[in-house]
Amino acid sequence: MNVYEAFKREVAREQLRNVEIKATGCHGFCEKGALVVVHPQEILYTQVKPGDVPEIVAKTLKKGEVVERLLYLDPATGKRIKIEGDVPYYKRQMRLILGGNTRIDPSDIRDYIALDGYQALRQVLEHWKPRAVIRTITKSGLRGRGGGGFPTGLKWETARASKGSRRFIICNADEGDPGAFMDRSICEGNPHSVLEGMIIGAYAVGAHEGFIYVRNEYPLAVEALTVAIEQARECGLLGENILGSGFSFDVTISRGGGAFVCGESTALMASLEGKPGEPRAKYVHTVEKGLWEQPTVLNNVETWANVPKIVLGGVDWYTAIGTGDVSSDPWGGSKGTKIFSLVGKIKHTGLVEVPMGMTLREIIFDIGGGVLNGKKFKAVQTGGPSGGCLPESLLDLPVDFDALTEAGSMMGSGGMIVMDEDTCMVDVARYFIDFLKDESCGKCLPCREGLRALLEILTRITEGNGKKGDLKLLEEISEGIAATSLCALGGSAPNPVLTTIRYFRNEYAAHIRDKQCPAGVCKALLHFKVLAEQCTGCNACSKVCPANCISGKAKGIHAIEEARCVKCGACYDACRFEAIAR
Amino acid sequence: MNKVDSINAMKEMLLAERGAAAGVRATASPDVRTLGDILARHGRAAAQIIGILQDVQAVFHYLPEPEVRFISGELDIPLTRLYAIATFYKAFRLSPRGRHEIALCMGTACHVRGAERVKDAIERALKIQAGETTGDMRYSFETVRCLGCCGQAPVMMVDEELVSRLDHLTVGTALEKYK
Repeated sequence: MNVYEAFKREVAREQLRNVEIKATGCHGFCEKGALVVVHPQEILYTQVKPGDVPEIVAKTLKKGEVVERLLYLDPATGKRIKIEGDVPYYKRQMRLILGGNTRIDPSDIRDYIALDGYQALRQVLEHWKPRAVIRTITKSGLRGRGGGGFPTGLKWETARASKGSRRFIICNADEGDPGAFMDRSICEGNPHSVLEGMIIGAYAVGAHEGFIYVRNEYPLAVEALTVAIEQARECGLLGENILGSGFSFDVTISRGGGAFVCGESTALMASLEGKPGEPRAKYVHTVEKGLWEQPTVLNNVETWANVPKIVLGGVDWYTAIGTGDVSSDPWGGSKGTKIFSLVGKIKHTGLVEVPMGMTLREIIFDIGGGVLNGKKFKAVQTGGPSGGCLPESLLDLPVDFDALTEAGSMMGSGGMIVMDEDTCMVDVARYFIDFLKDESCGKCLPCREGLRALLEILTRITEGNGKKGDLKLLEEISEGIAATSLCALGGSAPNPVLTTIRYFRNEYAAHIRDKQCPAGVCKALLHFKVLAEQCTGCNACSKVCPANCISGKAKGIHAIEEARCVKCGACYDACRFEAIAR
Repeated sequence: MNKVDSINAMKEMLLAERGAAAGVRATASPDVRTLGDILARHGRAAAQIIGILQDVQAVFHYLPEPEVRFISGELDIPLTRLYAIATFYKAFRLSPRGRHEIALCMGTACHVRGAERVKDAIERALKIQAGETTGDMRYSFETVRCLGCCGQAPVMMVDEELVSRLDHLTVGTALEKYK
């Protein structure tokens, strides 16, 4: 934001008239922020500080010269890259949905309209029957981006066919998966793309009221959506008689209260009705009886943002992207792109959008630049807390809905958390079960009590009290939870346990049998001590110790008093002579 | 909030509810003007209760009992149901907060980048556990699940400010500037 202000000041001072400064949404390359792109040349400057601005204005804007030192430095070749599209991070991507973020000021509807925004809606309202819209979406093979992967067109068709006095459209922006933030980015960076999708969907199913259920933890998203809705109303794109078509539809924003389970459709609807967000059994689907017992279509932010693209681009264009064949069956493949949030122990963290079917290896190594600090890759966790951890041997797996499910994980909302050799897989499983135990609404027994039991066993193992037979017990309980829980939270909750046992059994064995944590994470199994033969007495460890429990004179051998050690690992990280063992 | 607090809060609410039924007035009085504005903004709709409580909390930083009681009466929602909502959703708190609210992200990306060690360091520096408030009401410290800033992990929010790329060795001193 300071960079933005600096540009405004500098451009005003220089009295440049043909320059427009846009504060856009997230470009996705978070690692190298703040990012500045100069159009029309598309010069990308990374890690820009307010102090760099006068130089950019003087050189690039006034003379058309490039400021070399701010260009992205490709670590692979050691060369600087000028054009945004040539940076490897962007080059392999296909930014259908995120692309708008870099060119649009989200607080100005005219920016969106200038880039073909609301053209799809205009076309639909002028020339298409609702059924034609549904047919197009079904044929395109669009599947729910929130995690379920249910064909969107089928959902709409059922809702349209169901009887009800009113119909509702909901946008699920309750992005609860830790490690995923693509929905936030779309809502903040390109809110009109979501609104346009919702209006088209409403027209297709015959709904006149819509809701956006957005996390209260995302204040910027709430603000961007609020402004977008107001502007759309002013332009006659929301409200009565949209674009003179006779069709009416309006949208209300509802803020979530911070409950993970509210990402589940029936829980979300309960929350919208002002109740605690507890799911119910879905013997009647929400598309038939959802919000206030009326037919309701609920789709995720990213799904809605795909809709205008499909309408404008057409079925043939869309189905050319992705895997499988959806010409006769929308379940037959995964079409279009998917946005992943590539985070954890990875060089280039950020949001990446790729065609379905790209392999994990391409995403993590070619786009993401590989593991941080030259460490060894251990696993990638996909699909949020109830997804799974996939090992190195599966790196060539093509990423689509069906391949991930077969491997024991899932697409989820697109979180992709990279783990290196310093990540303990048992601790990760414990972490996820701890999360899910907290977030279980407590309504059904298998989820409420089963997760508690899993956590107890996993905690025992990480504390060095694992017993023979624990793995079998974990698997048995997991199967029970998956088979008998009321909703998808419980149904998929055991995935982190099952996949870590399946792919990282050795690590469990090390904890249970040898009472060791190979990654050096589980505190109860760590015993920090100084290796006398390696210690040079440099004092680096005693300086950083927060507990002041390392003694030793300069140049003399140091010692750690274990009783007072808080096991923070600061000494281990600080030592340059590998003289601390754990 | 710890268990004892929440049980005490529930007990107080239930006792007060019975007291109200018996014609006994609650001692503290609610801020009727603020509440009136909030209720009007939501069209006094009972279905908007979560948004209403969020707005109340935005003003007071927690849900004070007199305010909750007032809303219960105005919208004709039983106090027990408001309690159910306030304890189901993570966003709500029933006890007063410190001047500075620290929310440390424990999302997956932060977890694998050492959030656990940062949490230990904050607990050592403030001498309280996550979920508690310091005795001088200067800090409240809680952990949250994913702030959606995974690219800069580990992160925390202090009041409205995002503090990113935390380090367990320096986080304690970083908190000192919040008086």
